[in-house]
Amino acid sequence: MAEKVLMKGNEAIAYAAINCGCDGYFGYPITPQSEVMETLMKEKPWETTGMVVLQAESETSSINMVYGGACCGKKVMTSSSSPGISLMCEGLSYLAGAELPCLVVNVMRGGPGLGTIQPSQGDYFQATKAGGHGDYHMIVLAPASAQDMYDFVDLGFELAFKYRIPAMILGDGVIGQMMEKVEIRPAKARRTEEEIRALCDSWATIGKPAHRGGNTITSLALEADVQERHNIKLQKKYAEIEANEARYSTYKTEDAEHLLVAFGCMSRIGEAVVDHAREQGYKVGLLRPITLFPYPKAAVEALIPQLKSIMSVELNAGQMVEDLKVISNGRVPVNFYGRQGGMIPDPEEVFEAFVKSINK
Amino acid sequence: MDIKDIIKPENKVYGKTPVLKDAVLHYCPGCSHGVVHKLIAEVIEEMGIQDKTIGVSPVGCSVFAYNYLDIDWQQAAHGRAPALATATKRLMPDKYVFTYQGDGDLASIGTAEIMHACNRGENIVVIFINNAIYGMTGGQMAPTTLLGQVTATTPYGRRADLNGYPLKITELIAQLEGTCYVTRQSVQNPAAVRKAKKAIRKAFENSMMNKGTSFVEVVSTCNSGWKTTPVKANKWMEENMFPFYPLGDMKDR
Repeated sequence: MAEKVLMKGNEAIAYAAINCGCDGYFGYPITPQSEVMETLMKEKPWETTGMVVLQAESETSSINMVYGGACCGKKVMTSSSSPGISLMCEGLSYLAGAELPCLVVNVMRGGPGLGTIQPSQGDYFQATKAGGHGDYHMIVLAPASAQDMYDFVDLGFELAFKYRIPAMILGDGVIGQMMEKVEIRPAKARRTEEEIRALCDSWATIGKPAHRGGNTITSLALEADVQERHNIKLQKKYAEIEANEARYSTYKTEDAEHLLVAFGCMSRIGEAVVDHAREQGYKVGLLRPITLFPYPKAAVEALIPQLKSIMSVELNAGQMVEDLKVISNGRVPVNFYGRQGGMIPDPEEVFEAFVKSINK
Repeated sequence: MDIKDIIKPENKVYGKTPVLKDAVLHYCPGCSHGVVHKLIAEVIEEMGIQDKTIGVSPVGCSVFAYNYLDIDWQQAAHGRAPALATATKRLMPDKYVFTYQGDGDLASIGTAEIMHACNRGENIVVIFINNAIYGMTGGQMAPTTLLGQVTATTPYGRRADLNGYPLKITELIAQLEGTCYVTRQSVQNPAAVRKAKKAIRKAFENSMMNKGTSFVEVVSTCNSGWKTTPVKANKWMEENMFPFYPLGDMKDR
């Protein structure tokens, strides 16, 4: 029986980072995720695993420290919340352009602007459509529990290195602050210098050995044809990720005529809505996208023939609706219910909105 | 005498360091970048650290420094090189890590990054090229542009009331507890070049001594941006830059 520990989602990120062999964390305090760095500082992993933990002077600097660490083939990460992630978007564009692996955690709060410190899912567009400049994507994982926060650290690094791409854990203030039991996974050692060289010598800046020329990590190409070739290569990679890495879960969808779609904390409210609706005689199921990029398009597509309606339930103004409408392409109506500004709906409220949406 | 009689090993008086690639420099004739690149390359060769050196190039003319020195390079976003170098050195303390930054990069958009990296005492080397102008974007005002200096964005000369004062960032850096060696050099004649090389070597040696950040400013010319000839640019630098940016060590401990 693996050890289970009661902890916050934010703490789970920190413990998972130490446990899965993360090499470095660089961050800047912001509510509601400051426990990530606080936990790391308290645990002093530099004395045990050798992991570097540094409080930077800004989010801009944090993400650029991540850029530098990623250049060295190291497993490096940062965490922040919405306004801080906006500052990091410059760096994320560079990381994507330079094809570097890293992990970024966004414990979302309400915006726009300084907004609120209460939970939100208002950064869906920013995370899935690229918040920085240029044509790029990140792999986006949406945790719905403290256990997910813990497990997605290792998964995020695995996917980031597999495709040399930034991976983001897109949580929210609920998941970050909520305490739950978390199962501690078997520890992984940090990669040795030899392992990093074996894995990354063709691209990483780890010191130029005699047998090769210097590696350069850059996102710059002054010639348009070179830049276009690079962009086409990136798009090919994103298509490969869309084909192979979509993750989702379903709840009572076998006979469902109506589908709720919700990610993160809203998927847990969604399950309660499904149970309540079924008691009332409605054949409702839930699809929870676990990856928001790649979006589980095929899973939604497979359900469309049996559906009379889809309702997206989000803590924003309906950002995921656009993706569902593209998949539905007019075959099934796509409805929406959401709260904003840090307000969280209860299941009855969502159920009433659902009934209204199918009777309109 | 035939030329073949002259080209003999015993007659060799100068050789290009193999750390410099054979690539043709894209810098304008008269620009200081090429000289400083050569000095860094020679120091890397003489210290035998080509396999242990990571450079971080900036945004600006010297963004392409990676085309000329045969080492591993990271190319940073505008102003962020000290953040990249911080992580690189902390994650690989056995490596020599340096940033190469111009005045716009280091003293304007990257002010926060350079101040905090130096204040933390990161064991890195910073090479700061101060030519008082934005070269690559076509000669706009830099934070270090002198009062009265004409640039594309100060066409009537820099005015304190409109544009603020030229920033003596190296003097500020010297105040920070985290720095161990802060010096201002130039490369406009052989004597200056020899002194600058010594300073760069000392800075690289410091980075393995756990003493903090070494910061080498090189007051430089940008004759294209200054709209003058290389020879006149050197003279203008000596007459106008040196009085405001005096050469020499500010800190060595």
